[in-house]
This record gives sequence, C-alpha cells and structure tokens, in this order.
Amino acid sequence: MSVMPEPALEHYLLVALLLFAIGVFGVLLRRNTLILMMCLELILAASIVALAAFSRFNATAEAPMMGGNVFVLFIIAIAAAEVAVGLAIIVTLWRRNQTLDVTELTSLKH
Amino acid sequence: MTDWLFYFFAALAVVPALFVAVSRKPVNAAMNMILSLIGMAALLVLLEAFFLAVLLVLVYAGAIVVLFLFIIMLIDADSAPSSGVVTWLASALAFFLMVFTALTLTFGEWAVPFAERGDMAPAAVAYAFGVELFTRHILAFQVTGFLLLIAMIGVIVISRKMKEPAAEGGSAQ
Repeated sequence: MSVMPEPALEHYLLVALLLFAIGVFGVLLRRNTLILMMCLELILAASIVALAAFSRFNATAEAPMMGGNVFVLFIIAIAAAEVAVGLAIIVTLWRRNQTLDVTELTSLKH
Repeated sequence: MTDWLFYFFAALAVVPALFVAVSRKPVNAAMNMILSLIGMAALLVLLEAFFLAVLLVLVYAGAIVVLFLFIIMLIDADSAPSSGVVTWLASALAFFLMVFTALTLTFGEWAVPFAERGDMAPAAVAYAFGVELFTRHILAFQVTGFLLLIAMIGVIVISRKMKEPAAEGGSAQ
C-alpha cells in the first residue's frame, strides 16, 4: 500500500467504516440523549456512503446497479422520520424529567 | 487531483464526526455534524452521485441538523457530566475492535479483490432516480410516503400535552 494510492472502492468503504465505528463509539460513550441521536444519524450516513460507493463501482452499462442508489433515498427518508419521532420523544422526556442523561432515564426499569 | 480531493474530503467527513462523538455540548456536536455531512456530500460528488449529494445536504444538513438545533435551543440543556474512565475504555475498545476487524477483512491477506471503477456512472442524473422510483420501486416509494405520514401523526400524538393523571379517560386538550 503506497502512501497516496488512487482512491478505490476499499478506500470509500474505509471512510464508511470509520464513520460507522465513530457513530457506535459515540452511542456507547455519550450520556446526552441528543448527542446519542446525532451519532445514530452518523451511522445511517455512513451506510449511505458505503451504498453509493458499491453502486458506483459495480455498475456496468448492462447492469446499472441503481438499487443501491434508490436505497439511499429511502434511508434518507427514514432517517428524517426517525429524527422527527426521536426528537419528539426527547422533548417529552425533558418535559417530564428535566434531564436528558440516559443513566437517569430508568423509569421503565422499576 | 481527484486523489487529493478524496483524501481531503474523507478527512473532512471523519474528523468532525469524531468531534461529534466526543463533544459534551450538543451545539458543538451539531455544528461538527454539519461539517461531516458536507464532507460526505463531497465524497458522493466524487462518486458521481450528484443528486444524492444535493439531497444529503438538503435533508441532513438542512432539515435534520436544524431540527436538532431547534430542540437544543428549546431544551437549553447544560453539558452533561463526562463519562467515566470505564465507559471511555470500553467504547474505545469497541471502536478499535471494529476498525481492526474491518481493516483485516479489507486489506488483510484473505481480502477478496474489489471491483474496479467502471466507466458507467448510474446515478449521475436525477432522471435515473425518477425512472427507478416510479417503475420498479413504486410500492416501496408509496410505503415510504405512508411512513412519513405515520411519523408526522406520531410526533403530534407524542408531543401533545397530556392531561393531569387526575382527569383520567378524557382526550387531551
């Protein structure tokens, strides 16, 4: 592996992997529910990069591989819906408990 | 030229993402997320998926992050206390385990060869998306529309002010 190789599929996948791993890292590390949601969004965005890269690199004139790209559209729509519902839940939690710390939001445990 | 652009935008996508994960103030995290999304959109441009790049900036950076900023403004949460050392170590361990495994699978000796970049860019024009969405994926497209409607109704139901527990059984005001 030379210092600056031509970006190929594995390099795009590496970027997607790093974004995904950072998202999981943030979900495990942070306690603020808002930042947790942002890290979940990062995970979804990482999958977008991976899907677009696979679709671009495997496409031929006979099989244009539009499935990956269309899947990205659906991921974006679902991410928007997820954020809307998640933020509504966060606002309701804040109104009830005055906290966003996941270690204190344990009312379903007892 | 394209090589340097790739490495620049890959760094622009990954480094702010790291700041999203480690920042303790939600506002800083949201701002870094915008930067990271711009880097990702530029990577999509390098992949010749121009429509997806525009959509990523419009929907993610334009709508989702603004929604986050609105909620941050409404809630006015102070920065959470930092996580303990054990949490840090466990999270970092999970991170490096994922990266190491994927690196081994991608660049290790058992790695399968990856596809070369072809001449054909399938997602270069929005026309291709329209044709696909309204022919082969029409059912999924309509289900997604219903999903957005359900999410909208759900948000209204969730964020509606509940009556006090004393007034049981009535509909909310």
